[in-house]
Amino acid sequence: MLTKRIIPCLDIKDGRTVKGVNFENIRDAGDPIELGALYARQGADELVFLDITATNERRKTLAELVTRIARHVNIPFTVGGGISSVEDVNVLLQSGADKISVNTSAFKEPALVDRLAREFGSQCIVLAIDTRFEDGDWYVYLNGGRVKTDVKAFDWAKEAVNRGAGEILLTSMNNDGTKKGFALDITGQLSQNLNVPVIASGGAGNMEHFVDVFGNAQADAALAASIFHYKEIEIPALKTFLYNKGVNVRF
Amino acid sequence: MKTVIIKYNAGNIRSVQFALERLGVNGTVTDDHEEIMAADKVIFPGVGEASTAMQYLKERKLDKVIGGLKQPVLGICLGMQLLCRHSEENNTDCIGVFDVNVKRFQSPVENLLKIPQIGWNNITGLHSVVFEHVPENAYMYFVHSYYAALGADTVAITNYVINYSAALQKNNFYAVQFHPEKSAEAGARIIENFLNL
Repeated sequence: MLTKRIIPCLDIKDGRTVKGVNFENIRDAGDPIELGALYARQGADELVFLDITATNERRKTLAELVTRIARHVNIPFTVGGGISSVEDVNVLLQSGADKISVNTSAFKEPALVDRLAREFGSQCIVLAIDTRFEDGDWYVYLNGGRVKTDVKAFDWAKEAVNRGAGEILLTSMNNDGTKKGFALDITGQLSQNLNVPVIASGGAGNMEHFVDVFGNAQADAALAASIFHYKEIEIPALKTFLYNKGVNVRF
Repeated sequence: MKTVIIKYNAGNIRSVQFALERLGVNGTVTDDHEEIMAADKVIFPGVGEASTAMQYLKERKLDKVIGGLKQPVLGICLGMQLLCRHSEENNTDCIGVFDVNVKRFQSPVENLLKIPQIGWNNITGLHSVVFEHVPENAYMYFVHSYYAALGADTVAITNYVINYSAALQKNNFYAVQFHPEKSAEAGARIIENFLNL
């Protein structure tokens, strides 16, 4: 039986792991290769590396980092952050990434999703959406949560899936950094109405939150960063907890 | 010992090469007929679409080379599907080592079954030397929309609404639907077992 996935997310800047709390206040949390390999040994099901470097050297540095990760990490990993062209994706996949995630660039040019899916297959195209609940609905935000749009998260997710996105990585900005749990309503809405896997992100604070997002919201995977980096929750204990709660997980 | 990885227009070759490297083995990526035929072990990987991959292989006569190999061959994911008889993916005739057909997952109710299947699933009914020291119900990483049906050559079974072939074996041909190169220690064990044949 297909299991629910636990995915640690490593934010990368200049080759180092960082974590932004509510996308601000960045703190250093270690070397990405070592941390990634440690999570793999502990039973993480996948990893996400999100590059937030903004320099011109970015692309080359990222491709080199991806190669080093692929050499040392024996589980699948996704790379995201500033990816905006077929060529970017080609370089990262050739370097050893299993999947890539697109966010702002895909929203601004939705045909990019079609092109990427046609060129590389839907299975390696993850659409990342940052969303915030306001005025009665969930809206898409761009540029790492700084720019508001008037498009609803569900509508954009549905369109992207029709264009060929193979997974949705949904981050609730309301929940991110709060440690009060995942956004169950919008996660559930996407998971139950789209025929691709939904990765829930933002808000994980304790183990019960993972039970909720897999059980109530029917997420296919749950992503978290700081609670893993600062060892507030360790993956083996989380897997055991989920198993005892009847969630199907891999040991 | 020389291990080659067949080079063609399908992804994930780098990941397979790195997985071999982690086991201390150098995998040569090549599409040269002589080099492939002379190798001790041949890995036929792949992530991609069946008809374009088959067309590429046929244009280079690699389909005949692969089908005629006598040394141990390991097909992975699309590589396994291309070793079957026929794939529903764009109605493609494949190499035909394994006498089974490849079909697309069908959701019994709309949106019940997410396609592709992405993630870790367990393998059961293991009976092949490549599964030595791999426990029954071990979890492997799968990414696919099409599956090989059950048949006489099935040596491992996985369930995703229906039971299908997680692995096939016939004579010197071994094939797995999942990605052993991405399936942590249990996956590495399978690759190691293959290399030790």
